[in-house]
Amino acid sequence: MFTSSSPDPVAVSADFVQVAPAPAARTRPAPPPAPPRARDAGALAEVLRHPGIWRRGAPGAAVDALPTGLAELDALLPGGGWPRGALSEILAEHDGLGECSLLLPALAALTQARRRVVLVAPPYLPYAPALAAAGVDLGQLVHIEASAADTYWTAEQCLRAGCCGAVLNWLPRADYPQLRRLQLAAETGAALGFVFRPLAAARETSPAALRLRLTQADGEARIEILKCRGQLGAGRPALRQRA
Amino acid sequence: MFWLCLRFAQLALDVVRTGLDLPPRTPCAVVDGPPQRRQVVLADAAARKAGVHAGQPLAAAHLLCPRLAVAPRDAAAERQALDSLAAWAYRYSADVSLAAPDALYVEVGASLALFGGWPALERRLRAELAGFGFACSLAAAPTAAAAHVLAGLDDGLALPALAQLAPALGAVPLVHGGLAAKAVATLHGMGLRTLGELFRLPRAELARRIGTDALDQLDRLRGLAAEALPRWQPPARFERGVEFAFGVESHTALAFPLQRLIGELALFLRARDGGVQRFTLVLGHERGASTRVEVGLLAPQREAAALFELARTRLDRIALPAPVHALAVRADDLPPLCPLHQDLFETNRREQLDWPMLAERLRARLGNDALKGLDCVADHRPARAWRFVSLDAPADPPRKNGRGSGGSRDALIGGPRAEGRGLKSIAAAAAPTARPFWLLPRPLALREAPLRVLAGPERIESGWWDERDQRRDYYIVQLRSGQRAWAFVEAGTTDGWTVHGWFA
Repeated sequence: MFTSSSPDPVAVSADFVQVAPAPAARTRPAPPPAPPRARDAGALAEVLRHPGIWRRGAPGAAVDALPTGLAELDALLPGGGWPRGALSEILAEHDGLGECSLLLPALAALTQARRRVVLVAPPYLPYAPALAAAGVDLGQLVHIEASAADTYWTAEQCLRAGCCGAVLNWLPRADYPQLRRLQLAAETGAALGFVFRPLAAARETSPAALRLRLTQADGEARIEILKCRGQLGAGRPALRQRA
Repeated sequence: MFWLCLRFAQLALDVVRTGLDLPPRTPCAVVDGPPQRRQVVLADAAARKAGVHAGQPLAAAHLLCPRLAVAPRDAAAERQALDSLAAWAYRYSADVSLAAPDALYVEVGASLALFGGWPALERRLRAELAGFGFACSLAAAPTAAAAHVLAGLDDGLALPALAQLAPALGAVPLVHGGLAAKAVATLHGMGLRTLGELFRLPRAELARRIGTDALDQLDRLRGLAAEALPRWQPPARFERGVEFAFGVESHTALAFPLQRLIGELALFLRARDGGVQRFTLVLGHERGASTRVEVGLLAPQREAAALFELARTRLDRIALPAPVHALAVRADDLPPLCPLHQDLFETNRREQLDWPMLAERLRARLGNDALKGLDCVADHRPARAWRFVSLDAPADPPRKNGRGSGGSRDALIGGPRAEGRGLKSIAAAAAPTARPFWLLPRPLALREAPLRVLAGPERIESGWWDERDQRRDYYIVQLRSGQRAWAFVEAGTTDGWTVHGWFA
């Protein structure tokens, strides 16, 4: 259904705004006195009214989100947490930077609310004692083994079905159309989709609603928000923290 | 009670006539008995006109009617026809009883309101019966025995009230009363002709002459004695198949007959008010063994579309070893269907509905063992402190997450430099509950010594009883790349670091 690789305008403009110095447009109020400038501003406003253009500073629709459990991160994210019915990408430099533990509070909250959490083809064994200690109800956890060829199909089915609270995917070689499919499936199923990808993928555009980058420096993990749909909370876009 | 009796008086003839392929109006009879002494069992109207009747030797019948076409009796086919008629009648009542060899009792009193009263029900039954091609006469009465007698006399009689029964039966000739032939002969000898004359006789004297069995029959007719009828049960297994005139080599061509068979299965399940948990597709080949495709479900289902999708996915996954000449669907495991709505006020109703279907779909493509649950095991050795559990196992009682979730999470993610950020200090990280998110399937030797030790050692020494003894000191270490690992050295040594998990 989605074989053409034409990127959707919303996501591209989102990335564009992220790269371009958009904060200038946000911080500088339109100066009313000068008539020519006002006319320019009017023309610009007309252009910006195009539905394909989304400005980072503009108030978007309310984002339904699940708190991450980290107050600092929640304060930054629109809606105050992981966006529901959308894909969240986590780009980690290595395994073992706390990239999965970042989700544990959300997974605990979901499973305790009797929502199913699906792990699609995890790279290692999810360690049940650690999950249980974090408050995850193991009875709601489903571990799916799938070959590389079936991983996307499985992830999409789980996201689309509407009966999974969260679906965790490890997709080292995902391309834009595949992620776009998953994003649409997550919208259909109103599920929290998480995709773990290597850091190299940060250079590619992505249809995900939220992209976090996890790096480490001096033994300290650092979370950066590469992209998020909706208004950013006040504060620095990067969070320095042993996550 | 309002019993409907369907009498298929010509059943023996009807089931064999289609196989004879006769020109119309040919006299026809069914014969039975040893080859030397064949007797006519049933003759059709044309043969009866020529003088052929039941009980006549075959030679005599041939003399009377040289054109007579005969067929041996096929008791199995009769039984099967009666069974399929019972399955049809089961739609109208839960109380269906077979009266071998040629009658069917259906208790319709409870169904009258549903089908709009007796006249409407009778019209409907007759319209459907006409499609089967069996000659049938029907009657309804408050007792099954009376309905049987009335159906043998006249077609379409219905007596709703018990009080009408004795007068109506009074005029019935003895030969139609359902009494044993010997009793009828005795009574004829006494000059009695109708049931009504019998009803007026004193019981004790009558019983002495014709026996208690005949007296019981008279009582059952009038509803004075209870009737015990064996209740017909829908078959406990399903098997239907189609054969192809030529070998089918593609999966696509099999989809259509498969869909039809699954549709029949779904109808069958609906009639049983049950579901199917496991069924088999049997692909027959011209020579060699047939291919069997097992389709197993986590929970019983009966939706035709869902079952078809599952069956087709399974079918698509196998390679056809040879052209397929026959396709059959067999289902032996037919448990009752669990109600879909378990709780009227279930908040996650949608989830309750969809998850089994999603699981089935995933299992159909990924294999039966692809979906698993996780569970903790009370064992100190890290590799044995967990296990995979099957999803269809009954859910455990709510697990007690003994440790406080918030504190232990902080303990998991807390680090040495996190003091200023309000996270738990290194002491919490060293708590014995700190376990990594990932466990490596097999431990990995570290090439270089870790950069620093964040917590530990935690000695894990266990397993002397099952030959898997372990004595290890576990540390939470940080590598040069910044990764936090759960690494161990054998107890008593300080070298040979091995990673067993990642604090991902």
